Amino acid sequence: MTSILTNLFDGVAYGMLLFVLACGLAVTLGLMNFVNLAHGAFAMAGGYVCAIMVNRVGWPFFAALPLAFVASAMIGALLERTLYQHLYARSHLDQVLFSIGLVFMTVATVDYIMGSSRIFIKLPDVLQGQFDIFGVGIGRYRLMIIAICGLLTVGLQLVLSKTRFGSRLRAAVDDPRAASGLGINVPQVFAFTFAFGCGLAGLGGALSAEILGLDPYFPLKFMIYFLIVVTVGGSSSITGPFLASLLLGIGDVAGKYYVPKLGPFVIYTIMIVILIWRPNGLFGRTATR
Amino acid sequence: MFVRNKTLTLAASAAFAAAALASGAARAEDVFKIGLIVPMTGGQASTGKQIDNAIKLYMQQNGDTVAGKKIQVILKDDAALPDNTKRLAQELIVNDKVNVIAGFGVTPAAFAAAPLATQGKIPEVVMAAGTSIITEKSPYIVRTSFTLPQSSTIIGDWAVKNGIKKVATLTSDYAPGNDALASFKERFTAGGGEIVEEVKVPLANPDFAPFLQRMKDSKPDAMFVFVPAGQGGNFMKQYAERGLDKSGIKVIGPGDVTDDDLLNDMGDAVLGAVTAHIYSAAHPSAKNKEFVAAYKKAYNSRPGFMAVGGYDGINLIYEALKKTDGKTDGDSLIAAMKGLAWESPRGPISIDPETRDIVQNVYIRKVEKVDGELYNVEFQTFEAVKDPGKAKK
Amino acid sequence: MTTNAQTDVGILARQHGRWHWSEFAFWIVVLAVGLAFPSRYLIMTEILRLALFALSLDLILGYAGIVSLGHAAFFGVGAYCAGLLSVHGLINEPVLALIVAGLAATVLGFVTSFLVIRGVDLTRLMVTLGIALLMEALAERFSNITGGTDGLQGIDIQPIFGVFAFDMFGKTGFFYSLAVLFVLFLLARTIVHSPFGLSLRAIKNNPLRAAAVGIPVNKRLIAIYTVAAFYAGIAGALFTQTTALASLDVFSFERSADLVLLLVIGGSGYLYGGLIGAAVFRMLQELFQWITPQYWMFWIGLVLVVIVMVGRHRIHAYALWLPNLILRQIAGRKAAVVLTDNEAP
Repeated sequence: MTSILTNLFDGVAYGMLLFVLACGLAVTLGLMNFVNLAHGAFAMAGGYVCAIMVNRVGWPFFAALPLAFVASAMIGALLERTLYQHLYARSHLDQVLFSIGLVFMTVATVDYIMGSSRIFIKLPDVLQGQFDIFGVGIGRYRLMIIAICGLLTVGLQLVLSKTRFGSRLRAAVDDPRAASGLGINVPQVFAFTFAFGCGLAGLGGALSAEILGLDPYFPLKFMIYFLIVVTVGGSSSITGPFLASLLLGIGDVAGKYYVPKLGPFVIYTIMIVILIWRPNGLFGRTATR
Repeated sequence: MFVRNKTLTLAASAAFAAAALASGAARAEDVFKIGLIVPMTGGQASTGKQIDNAIKLYMQQNGDTVAGKKIQVILKDDAALPDNTKRLAQELIVNDKVNVIAGFGVTPAAFAAAPLATQGKIPEVVMAAGTSIITEKSPYIVRTSFTLPQSSTIIGDWAVKNGIKKVATLTSDYAPGNDALASFKERFTAGGGEIVEEVKVPLANPDFAPFLQRMKDSKPDAMFVFVPAGQGGNFMKQYAERGLDKSGIKVIGPGDVTDDDLLNDMGDAVLGAVTAHIYSAAHPSAKNKEFVAAYKKAYNSRPGFMAVGGYDGINLIYEALKKTDGKTDGDSLIAAMKGLAWESPRGPISIDPETRDIVQNVYIRKVEKVDGELYNVEFQTFEAVKDPGKAKK
Repeated sequence: MTTNAQTDVGILARQHGRWHWSEFAFWIVVLAVGLAFPSRYLIMTEILRLALFALSLDLILGYAGIVSLGHAAFFGVGAYCAGLLSVHGLINEPVLALIVAGLAATVLGFVTSFLVIRGVDLTRLMVTLGIALLMEALAERFSNITGGTDGLQGIDIQPIFGVFAFDMFGKTGFFYSLAVLFVLFLLARTIVHSPFGLSLRAIKNNPLRAAAVGIPVNKRLIAIYTVAAFYAGIAGALFTQTTALASLDVFSFERSADLVLLLVIGGSGYLYGGLIGAAVFRMLQELFQWITPQYWMFWIGLVLVVIVMVGRHRIHAYALWLPNLILRQIAGRKAAVVLTDNEAP
């Protein structure tokens, strides 16, 4: 019994992490209709920034986390202004070509600067180890992930549904022309959203170093997972990707624990079945454009 | 209506192809070429980089001329994919006319090149891959790394002698992992030990947590772990996170999991992990101190066992060439390599004339803090261990 | 009116179906390049194999508008099938084994086509990807049959027709691959210029309208997807036969992704795109790997980014500038070659 709960806890933490990593992609792909396979590169950038600040400069971990967010968001904003914005109107295949190219360049650059070995972020003692609640092992680090990601999810949902910016974004996505007619600065809204998504990925990258491992091939290795989250979840709201992440996380952990030999099957089968059942994802809306 | 003929793009591509294809070089009589095929990109890239670094270091220290021949190393990246390895090896042998092929980061890569070594009568110096059976694939294969049975049998015996009764195993599901598991299991159960849980994890694996939870739930005295170099860090991190260190489950295994390359970043959770392996950066010999210092100075990182495999591999080639006095045909080189013995940073080693595999000391080490850094400190030595995988036959 | 329209379509189809002189030139150059660089058979064989694989993707992407990120599933099945046939000595004649391996992939293609024809682009992308990943997981699970990560051991390919043995220089492999590619190319050419091929293009342009004029959309899509699977299976079997290797990476995501890249570079929807894309992409890789074995990915990435930023159409125009210049000198103003790119938006 306790091992079921421990697995559930691990799965939730893993899923939450995937959500933070992938939700930026849900926005770019689902809302802005841009296939950005380079999303993982922003996550990796955040991870490396955090690692450098903590390990070499000596910042505390909790101070470096926001910096990972800011750094990735800034890189995202810069690239959006210089490169991405010219490609919104292009075909999906062009976007794939471009973003894969970007991934290759990032991988080689990081390899050149930081080396190809995995790196780790030195954690404060508070986050290390595990404690038991009624026999259920709770990892401190994973607990922190759940806390941070949970807060973020609630915050995002509120921003999107309750604030002025949220309604502007939804308007800009639904009908860019009408939105700009109403005086909404659509490119600015898109740029800001893109940067914010990259920032979240960066934060996710920093958080995931401990669990997923951080090396220059991170963007390639996890690209598939991000895509699964977004397609399975659908893109009408962030609830879809959120639930898809949890499903993926729990499915992965449970699959590995109970049927170690069949682990990957579980995930891919779930994905295919869901996509056959609901081609637009769990919470998909019918394709608008 | 649209125009539908366009194949002239090919004219451009043909010209381009011609330019790229015409990049072969002629053979010069006084040049001795080594084709070095290692993964420089992809998940195994750190293996390739260490080997490449070590070889460059060796050539800086020892010059690039041996027995009147100028040594030239041609580096190729196979990204650890066997079809790449095979094609590159073939091209190196056929076009570049290399005298030796070397490197081979993973077992399938070493396998893929074996028939070419036999056909072309070219020595294949395996500097990393550790599956026992590799050297039997061709009479031209020589190994300077290690075999997994070498270290796994020793740790199996050690576990029995040190009162470990129940062991759970976690190994990567590919040839080296299966080799390690089989040899450990044989010795350990023969000595009266019991395997309470056996998990094979896929090679490409992001999260160890569920597997570790399984280990924990099976309540062993110790867990036997083999994961390929590079994954050890993540494994140890999650081992600690899961509190396995606190519940008294020790990590034992071949030394890949506490690879020197990453050891220092793994955190204090690894303290006390006992492994059997062929090399530790803390090996107390003058030769090793010099090697580690030079490597650190050149590359600003600690050499791991992959680097030593490369360092010894190039040394083997140098020594063999000296012994043949400049004769470069494969048969003479292989004959010269058989039985060569020298002092390596890891200790005294030699090439078994029977099997062309490496004979070396295996050390039992424990992770300890030395001058504020984590090291594998050796406390017991098994001298001149041959590959048990072959000794059986 | 109807009869007129039909004859019009018929004439158009026949016109398109006719061989243009530049196509003859293309194949002559391919053969000439093969003869001119005997020391480079291996890489050229790889390009041919890749070209065949890309041809397969072009059939569904360029002609039916189905995007796939999991084409390696069929490649892998073909590869393992050819390997297993050889290891267990079931079929020793390579050509026969090749066909059987292709048929094995066809079966998988037919079965999975029902999953793929549902849904929109992104869903298809992920379903195909999922199928390839499942196949990889299966191959890993049944490592006692497939050899798992270490690959299938003991593949020994017999001489073709008992005469042409596979040699160390890759000469046999090259001409064997070239012959297979050429034959299958002819077949593909016939298919896309047949009424069936025309109906596919109608579906690609507008499935609703195609259905309205009486084209059985789903049946056609299933048919072409199955044919493409056959092609990919043959490419996989060629891989195993020319390298005597088969390991888990035949199913890898990278293989499928590279395929999409090179087809997009070459341009889809005119059959030669995959062939040219394969040559350009692989030669670029080779060139960069030769310059810098560690960091070649950076330069490949840069090329991709530049291609997109400049625009593929403009790149194609640049590539045609010199040939057109020469052409105009010889044959006058009208002889210019224009490259049309008709692919999924």
